[in-house]
Amino acid sequence: MNKGKVVHSAAEAIQDIRDGATLIVGGFGLCGIPEQAILTLRDKGVKDLTIVSNNCGVDDWGLGLLLANNQIKKMISSYVGENKIFERQFLSGELEVELVPQGTLAERIRAGGAGIPAFYTATGVGTSVAEGKEHKQFNGRTYIMEEAIVGDFAFVKAWKADTLGNLIYRNTARNFNPLAAAAAKVTIAEAEEIVETGQLDPNHIHTPGIYVQRLLLGTGYEKRIERRTVLRTASQGTEGVR
Amino acid sequence: MSDARLVIVKRAVLEIADGMNVNLGIGMPTLVAGEIPPEFSVMLHSENGLLGIGPYPLEGSEDPDLINAGKETVTAVQGASYFDSAESFAMIRGGHIDVAILGGMEVSEQGDLANWMIPGKMIKGMGGAMDLVSGAKRIVVIMEHVNKHGEPKIKRQCSLPLTGRRVVNRLITDLAVFDFTEEGMVLIETQQGASVEVIRQKTEASFTVSPDLRTANTL
Repeated sequence: MNKGKVVHSAAEAIQDIRDGATLIVGGFGLCGIPEQAILTLRDKGVKDLTIVSNNCGVDDWGLGLLLANNQIKKMISSYVGENKIFERQFLSGELEVELVPQGTLAERIRAGGAGIPAFYTATGVGTSVAEGKEHKQFNGRTYIMEEAIVGDFAFVKAWKADTLGNLIYRNTARNFNPLAAAAAKVTIAEAEEIVETGQLDPNHIHTPGIYVQRLLLGTGYEKRIERRTVLRTASQGTEGVR
Repeated sequence: MSDARLVIVKRAVLEIADGMNVNLGIGMPTLVAGEIPPEFSVMLHSENGLLGIGPYPLEGSEDPDLINAGKETVTAVQGASYFDSAESFAMIRGGHIDVAILGGMEVSEQGDLANWMIPGKMIKGMGGAMDLVSGAKRIVVIMEHVNKHGEPKIKRQCSLPLTGRRVVNRLITDLAVFDFTEEGMVLIETQQGASVEVIRQKTEASFTVSPDLRTANTL
């Protein structure tokens, strides 16, 4: 449906997310995360969620908020090392974790959005990742089969959107967002700016509106920085200050 | 940077030729960027969706929408491009990255690499390491020759869970440079001041010595 995508509140955008849902969430670390949808889902309090996201935020921001509120049953991620609550819940057995190599995770989500049920990759062959998976040779090299991921919902964060849900991301805040957008039954996009249809150059659209069911204008983005590395002077070279 | 790390980084940068597309892992490999000759046209790839990583930003001009795979604020060089994570790993998996320089916890004499988890410690995840070792055209591992207890990190078999099997092309340590070939592990260079005898003492893996053995061309 190419009508009525713009919702008036984040609460409206996520109103039908129930306990046990599978969500694919864009972002890399804290960069390009859908802040508003996560905060609102925390307030809604639904539980037993399966979250597919490259990382799991930090203790007090991003997906870490859902962890702290005991809303996540299972995480499917490639790197989760930034979060003490995660460690505690994982070691106590409260939280189920599926670690997936980052490129395999990206491709599984991409495949989900593209209607490809599975694919073969050399990533992980000969490691614990390959255990229990189909192995197959192509041109003399061994590959393993990895299955697609499809979500009930996706949360994505764009820089600019038009009212049809066409999305443009900024810099490395793109990351997993376009993949997440395509791979869910209901994609909830939030953007820093929403313009009228026709105001975005079709040449510059990253996510076509066909993938977006609900669109929210976000405000007050914190855009927290996980590791602030800077140069004090232009001549300092590449060894920055943390 | 410690002396050992400086020796490793100065040798590692020689793996990068003008014109290459290069991925540098998190930690010590990131330091290699600062040693690339400024006249080289080298594009540094970041798994989170950037080809053309620049220096860290000047204080006050950090952009939260512009980070590297270590989640550090960075800049982009002229000619850089941004892309999504699937495209980023298509570059890796598709063999478009000329060389990846990665850190290591253990390397075996077969060229197996372990660098992502220690059993009993918090499992953080493999990130993009498994994709890089199976996808990049060439894998160079850099690490200190022995661990902090003085025990060998270059072993007959890795004791830690693997990141990849038979994936390492070259290993650079503070004592030596090894290549992994059809005939096994070969010592090709000694770092300045390191003798073959000392290298043998501090290496559990069996290796042969190249007839063309030389001293690494570092400083």
